Amino acid sequence: MTSFLSAAWGVAAKDIRVELASRTAITTAAAFGVLTLVVLNFARDPTVVSLATIAPGALWVTAAFAGIVALNRSFSMELEQGGLDALLLAPVGRGAIYLGKYLANLAFVVVVDLIVLPVFVLFFNVAPTPALVGILGLLVLAAAGYVAVGTVLAAMTVRTRFAELMLPVLLLVFMVPPMLVGVQATTRLLGGRPMGEIVGWFWFLILYDVVFITLGLMLFPATVDE
Amino acid sequence: MTNSGASAVTRGGLWISGLAMAGIAGVYWLALLGTPTERWQGLSQKILYIHAPAAWAALLAFGLVGVASAAYLFLRDIRLDTFAEASAEVGLAFSAIMLTTGPLWGRPVWGSWWEWEPRLTLTLLLVLLFVGYRALRNALDFPEDRARYSAVVGVMALVLVPFVHLSVYLFRTIHPQPVLLKPSAPSMPWEMLRTLLTSIGAFTLLYIGFVTARYGIGRRRQQEAG
Repeated sequence: MTSFLSAAWGVAAKDIRVELASRTAITTAAAFGVLTLVVLNFARDPTVVSLATIAPGALWVTAAFAGIVALNRSFSMELEQGGLDALLLAPVGRGAIYLGKYLANLAFVVVVDLIVLPVFVLFFNVAPTPALVGILGLLVLAAAGYVAVGTVLAAMTVRTRFAELMLPVLLLVFMVPPMLVGVQATTRLLGGRPMGEIVGWFWFLILYDVVFITLGLMLFPATVDE
Repeated sequence: MTNSGASAVTRGGLWISGLAMAGIAGVYWLALLGTPTERWQGLSQKILYIHAPAAWAALLAFGLVGVASAAYLFLRDIRLDTFAEASAEVGLAFSAIMLTTGPLWGRPVWGSWWEWEPRLTLTLLLVLLFVGYRALRNALDFPEDRARYSAVVGVMALVLVPFVHLSVYLFRTIHPQPVLLKPSAPSMPWEMLRTLLTSIGAFTLLYIGFVTARYGIGRRRQQEAG
């Protein structure tokens, strides 16, 4: 068990070190996220629709798009440099490789969310209340689920034609349940509703996470074994 | 199976389809002449006898893709993949019937072509997911990769369904409630129920015919490719 976890951590640490060396992907994904927030701000008639009405949806659409950008990079980087073959040759279980890639992708998406959230607060005039901690929790829990799906999908789509298009076409459907739940819970958090009304949505996300991380561990070997 | 064996399967499938088509012609006759007109919805209610059985056949087809996909990952028998491919394609054909008859009925009865109602949303997402499944298959060149990758997506689709169902159900539903598969007795006069059940039988037979024919075509393509 400890060797499994340390192998997974080794894979994750490798990805994070590569990213920290250049920081290109993180800054690009964050810039993309901020731009999406700007564009969504203009996707309304300001005399009819208030910012507060579209704020939760804007935040979650932005998070989903930025997440897809982040996941696309995860395996394309490996394939370009032949890293995936080296990883598969290493005496490390497929499950550990999956977990490592998953943790690195999740870290990446969470960092982008951490950059996007304050910009969202600024652009959409959201009051800086403790509710924001709850929203961050929702973003992380949702990401934990769809990154688990996306890591499996990205490992496959990277080997297809039109890889950059294939991942969102498949992944967006899987993002619908966490996004739908995220928007509902965010609306209630921003509206100052009592926690009892919101806690069920958190449990939904946790269940989604547990199921799809387990499924990812089971299915990932089928995506890399020749 | 030899080349001519695959052709025989296709021919058999086409015969079954022909029989099912005759059955559906009988359903039209029965629905229009042998079944009373519903009191409030009038003639528009007759579309139920096509819409609900087509929806049933589509969901059966997609469900069996998931089952065949899981079985493929264990047994690695290419025939299971050929079946999954056939069933996904036939499922999309039935979905086209479901998604065109639904709005035709919704316009006079609901007053709108489309509603973001749970069962509509769930089936629409399923259709989009299987469009992505087809796209993934087409973007892969090696039969081995295609079988493994699409099996992974097939299994994940099966697991996603309850999450989508649960999340979209949190919106209020205006879809007619189940009249057939519910704990109490069917809430429908016997003449209507008879027509509906006949139609479900005919559509199930049509599914079997289509999928058999399509399976034969798939097998033949494999043999020709060597």
